[in-house]
Amino acid sequence: MQDLSWLQIILKSAIAFAPVWIALALTFALSIRYRRRLGLYGKLFDSTVGMIGFAIVMFWIFTALFADLIITHDPLVQLSGMKNKLPGTAIANAAEGVYPWYLLGGDNLARDVFSRMVMGAREVLKIAPAATVFAFMVGITLGLPAGYFAGKFDTILSFIANLVLAFPVILLFYLLVTPEIVETGIPIWFAAALFLFPVIFFTVLFNSRFHMLPARRNLYVGLTLLIGLWAWAGLAFNKDPTGLFSMSPNMLNVFVSVVFVNSPGVFRIVRGLVMDIKARDYVAAGQTRGEGPWYIMLWEILPNARGPLIVDFCLRIGYTTILLGTLGFFGLGVSPESPDWGSTIDDGRRLLAIFPHAALVPAIALMSLVLGLNLLADGLREESLKD
Amino acid sequence: MFAFILRRSGVMLLTVLALTFIVFWLTNLPPNLEKLAKSEASVRMTDAEVASWLDRNGYGSSTLNRYGQWLGVVPGWTREEDGRFTGRCISGTATSLDDAPTRCGILQGAWGYSTVFKQPVADVIKRSLSMTSWLMLWVMIVMVPTALILGVLSGMREGSWTDRILSGFAIITTATPEYVSGVIFIVIFASATVGISPVLTELGWIEGKTLFQGTATAAMDKITFWNFALPVMTIALYGIGYIARMTRASMTEVMSQQYIRTARLKGVSFRQVVMKHALRNALIAPFTVIMLQFPWLLNGVVIVETLFNYKGFGWTLVQAAGNNDIPLLLGCSVVAVVVVLITQLISDIGYVFLNPRIRLS
Amino acid sequence: MTWDPTQPILEIENLSITFFTRLRQIPAVMDFSCKVMAGEAMGLVGESGCGKSTVALAVMRDLGKNGKITGGRILFKGQDLTSMSDEELRRIRGSEIAMIYQEPMASLNPAMKIGAQLAEVPMIHRGMSRADAWALARQIVADVRLPDPDRMLNSYPHQLSGGQQQRIVIAMALMAKPALLILDEPTTALDVTVEAGIVALVKELGEKYGTSMLFISHNLGLVLDVCDRLCVMYSGEAVETGNVAEVFTEMRHPYTQALFRAIPLPGADKNARPLISIPGNFPLPHERPNGCNFGPRCDYFQPGCCDAGEIAMEPVPGSDRHATRCLKWQEIDWLAPPKAAHAREKLPPGEIVLKMDDLRKYYQVSSGAFGGGMTKVVKANETLSFEARKGETLAIVGESGCGKSTFAKVLMGLETATSGKIMLFDENVQSTPIQKRGADTVSKLQMVFQNPFDTLNPSMTVGRQIIRALEVFQFGKSDAERHARMLELLDLVKLPRAFAERMPRQLSGGQKQRVGIARAFAGGAKVVVADEPVSALDVSVQAAVTDLLMDIQRENGTTLLFISHDLSIVRYLSDRVMVMYLGHVVEMGTTAQVFAPPYHPYTEALLSAVPIADPTVTRKHIVLEGAIPSAMNPPPGCPFQTRCRWKSQVAGGLCEREMPPVVSLDGGHQIKCHLTAEQFASMEPVIRIAAE
Repeated sequence: MQDLSWLQIILKSAIAFAPVWIALALTFALSIRYRRRLGLYGKLFDSTVGMIGFAIVMFWIFTALFADLIITHDPLVQLSGMKNKLPGTAIANAAEGVYPWYLLGGDNLARDVFSRMVMGAREVLKIAPAATVFAFMVGITLGLPAGYFAGKFDTILSFIANLVLAFPVILLFYLLVTPEIVETGIPIWFAAALFLFPVIFFTVLFNSRFHMLPARRNLYVGLTLLIGLWAWAGLAFNKDPTGLFSMSPNMLNVFVSVVFVNSPGVFRIVRGLVMDIKARDYVAAGQTRGEGPWYIMLWEILPNARGPLIVDFCLRIGYTTILLGTLGFFGLGVSPESPDWGSTIDDGRRLLAIFPHAALVPAIALMSLVLGLNLLADGLREESLKD
Repeated sequence: MFAFILRRSGVMLLTVLALTFIVFWLTNLPPNLEKLAKSEASVRMTDAEVASWLDRNGYGSSTLNRYGQWLGVVPGWTREEDGRFTGRCISGTATSLDDAPTRCGILQGAWGYSTVFKQPVADVIKRSLSMTSWLMLWVMIVMVPTALILGVLSGMREGSWTDRILSGFAIITTATPEYVSGVIFIVIFASATVGISPVLTELGWIEGKTLFQGTATAAMDKITFWNFALPVMTIALYGIGYIARMTRASMTEVMSQQYIRTARLKGVSFRQVVMKHALRNALIAPFTVIMLQFPWLLNGVVIVETLFNYKGFGWTLVQAAGNNDIPLLLGCSVVAVVVVLITQLISDIGYVFLNPRIRLS
Repeated sequence: MTWDPTQPILEIENLSITFFTRLRQIPAVMDFSCKVMAGEAMGLVGESGCGKSTVALAVMRDLGKNGKITGGRILFKGQDLTSMSDEELRRIRGSEIAMIYQEPMASLNPAMKIGAQLAEVPMIHRGMSRADAWALARQIVADVRLPDPDRMLNSYPHQLSGGQQQRIVIAMALMAKPALLILDEPTTALDVTVEAGIVALVKELGEKYGTSMLFISHNLGLVLDVCDRLCVMYSGEAVETGNVAEVFTEMRHPYTQALFRAIPLPGADKNARPLISIPGNFPLPHERPNGCNFGPRCDYFQPGCCDAGEIAMEPVPGSDRHATRCLKWQEIDWLAPPKAAHAREKLPPGEIVLKMDDLRKYYQVSSGAFGGGMTKVVKANETLSFEARKGETLAIVGESGCGKSTFAKVLMGLETATSGKIMLFDENVQSTPIQKRGADTVSKLQMVFQNPFDTLNPSMTVGRQIIRALEVFQFGKSDAERHARMLELLDLVKLPRAFAERMPRQLSGGQKQRVGIARAFAGGAKVVVADEPVSALDVSVQAAVTDLLMDIQRENGTTLLFISHDLSIVRYLSDRVMVMYLGHVVEMGTTAQVFAPPYHPYTEALLSAVPIADPTVTRKHIVLEGAIPSAMNPPPGCPFQTRCRWKSQVAGGLCEREMPPVVSLDGGHQIKCHLTAEQFASMEPVIRIAAE
């Protein structure tokens, strides 16, 4: 087999990504067709910036989903003779059924850079969005009452939030994401506390809405508690009998740390929004109707704060991606073999001046994902302001 | 105003105490101490031996008590064994306690002894901080003016081509963390095989093999453009995008205010509208952002110093954390936290000064 | 270039302005013409969205990125502004044409001293030195009658009250002695008594400097006060123009006529002579009808004629430049009385449903900018006592800071009273917060809010919001029952049932306010607090919403507590009136008693401050000095003594020392004042209607 030229590399990579292109085309065709009925999501397609951002983000999401179909080699397998090989190098004496090239070259352990990059997307997208969702749950559940009631409660929570925000992130990670901490079991208790917030959030959400219709309330709250506590037991304590919800201790530690770092930021935003919105007449109307404070916070205020929150959500996933990369870069909390982008960059940087491809590929991948998220947030912000 | 600063400082002090205690607690967890014992004494100790070693070396008391000792508000531990005294405030052994001070914590200036560098922590931190302050100085010199000018230029006329191009640039840089931009910079500017350096060498435009140096080790002795440009640019780049975006948002908001229209319709020229009327109001928000950037800048410092092998504060922090050097890690944390909080205080006070609406009410 | 002073200062010819957005082009102003002569004040009147501010901005050539002048010319002193370069415009702006805006706080730079902002104008336009410019600024600040000019010049805008800020904005406009002054709703954001001062100042300065004015307002009364001529606009077009007296007495356009019939003038009465609202809605710019824009809402509409094609302005012969954009103006019998809206029976007041006794509400406020410091007691409500009967309308009148909102909060249970009693039906509620009140009590006492754009939750359908109220009030047993009731409520407020599925942003201001009313009445409210329910609405919609409230009240025998600062509407609909100032009730009585002498001095000033759009009414002009004191820092003695013109007639400085007692006059009329019975008797009425 011949080594590939740059044009061939691009062409072959594009072919490898075929499932992603098909999924992207479908998503865009359907979304643009029905965009007038899709609310804010539909309006995104009126903004060029937003559309580009959305395309990039979806590209990586589909890549993560279809990673098994896209990869050309097992990301952990080392092929002899492929150490530090340049992009497009053909595999000498490739066995039958083995893809005959390393499209983006080999790394210093002779693994396929292309496949590692694709699998890395999966690693990042497994954690970043979920961690952001949890951070939002925590931030919202605490930020709403802090902004609404103000007073002592707010003072204390704000102090704690500022405490965490004043902590240099990197230092916090060096303290939190260590094997010693996992040994003490602190992350589990941390997780138990943080993961309880979604359960509290949905329980209060349904209770405040349906408290005068007991039959419906019991149904919704009951379901929330059942599913929520089941997932909670599984994720935090690894005690889910069915094994549906579980997380490895290392992963749990990384996850919890990332949620912990992000929550105060969300808290501050939510608190500010609530303080602004609570002066509106429809909030007063709710109060004069005799609504409870949680109904007003969750059903009158929160939905009207959604614009800035959605924008922040996108930005925050990007930020979390960067944080996860940082963790990988310092080799914190990840297994040495893991194809995640941060640790791949760290591996590659040692020979950077001579064989740049091993570090450059994941670096550009990470940058493009974050860029896509930032553009998406910009597009959403622009469109949500236009109403 | 004075009362405000006093109150703010009080909160700051409380924050420092809380944060240092958290750091102390996290670095003094039983597994950390066990690791410490094993690395200091012998790797093949039994659990009982570890416990007795810890006890002998003053780790037996409660975390809170040890925190007090470290801080210097609680008397340091002492221990008598065969008429010889050992203790927190005694180096080696002593025959009597009279010469040794009772308290020796960071308040007394005793920062401890680094196990990695085999040097007093204070010396290590002093040296590394001086390294890093050069880095930060240049980062600030590059970052702040660039970011503000970019932001003001693009926010001045929203939607213009200048705005679109500059905003595009800003958004790309905010998507590029230091470990990505550093890698890209090295590949482009500091590699003898790829990027632009080989081309430039061939053309004879540069002496030596690369345009910039990919490591900043040499900068520890003498800072030159050649060895310092890349680390500075790498840290500054992310901040530039972030601050420029803030400035732009603030500027576009100010430019759409009624008083800007008033000024325009008074016949003030566009230049003067921007300089005299918009700028001061528009810079209030970015000012606080620049100051609140410090926790993140520290991130950048750690990454860049690791990437470019510049033995400053960030590099030291990594060494301390990686080698379970508890006194050094604690010292670094105190410095980091205090720096962050002081910048926050400056940001608060500066905000009040810049904004007459708050200052005079 | 010389300019002949007999020629118009400003001449707008067939001006058309369009805004270009990504979705569509929005024609904002079409074929607009008007002339302003030297020294003349021209009023531009119309409802929101009619394009009057756009015209003003076009004159300043400041339409923003999207606005374009698509036709016509704007001649200023004979020069065409539409074709001027930026540099030429800059020379005219501020020196020849100056503008004053609605929000004084927003139009001053918060980070610059007042003096610097004022001095800038002559420094730019006349190259004056800094010292001279400051001296001139000082002189002009004194001219706009601000106290202590030197201190003013060294202050920042936020240190001044709203009225003072507006005076500064006026001073800024006058710094270069412009030939033309454009005032865009200059007093809308201010309190009535402050407004009166500003209006008097503008008139006086206009005469003193000989400045021509373009005065934009939605308030016909104000235009009558200030202007010589006016131009009525509707949906982007001028529909009638002429001199003020002529247009007010002999209007020749159906819209102008409808406008006058919709505003509560003295003599209108909710039972005998109700207002006539204009049917339908203001057309959106891209949904304008063919032909006459007002056609679909006009009583005289004639299909085939009015909707055939473009209609031009037509001069009215034998008049002072009076013109109208109506094809049928010569056929219409302008003197015919309005089709008498059926007069209604006055409801006899029933039993007492609400009784307040010596209610007080104090707040603890920490002073000092950064927290800490001493706490102060703000007395938001003092010794409030009154009762309200079934089916009665009790108006609560007062300007900002008078404590009317606090009163509403305490009554609703959002705050608890500091002392005193509130009896609602037969329940003591003064210390029961709303959470502790039963659903029944809560549903009986409801509230209608001021701002229509804020009263509905923007992310919930209209139907959902009404149903939620029904759920909370525990109305009905099933979803279907509540849904049916919700539709009935929409019927009640005269909204189509299809609105149940709409989102609030798809509704106009008046429609939103109707939904707000439906929501308040969901649980069959017996007492409704209406907090300025129509003040944010346009004149034509105001009448309709007021009428609706009255109708519902009549049907259900509801007690209405109508909070307002607008005395015209209060006179029109209330049975009894309570006037508040700085937390105190200064006067209370039936509407007739309060609106006729003897007055409390504050009521007297308030009455004289409200502009009335009727040339046959003469008003005494009483301008109050100074601003309303802050409730944080009330003056000693009588709260009104700092601004009272009767103070000198009370012997021994009593007003400054002692809180006046409540004087009961005949018929239950109460006044809190130190004046003697003789002095009260000597008071003259503020408003006189000339004999027909």
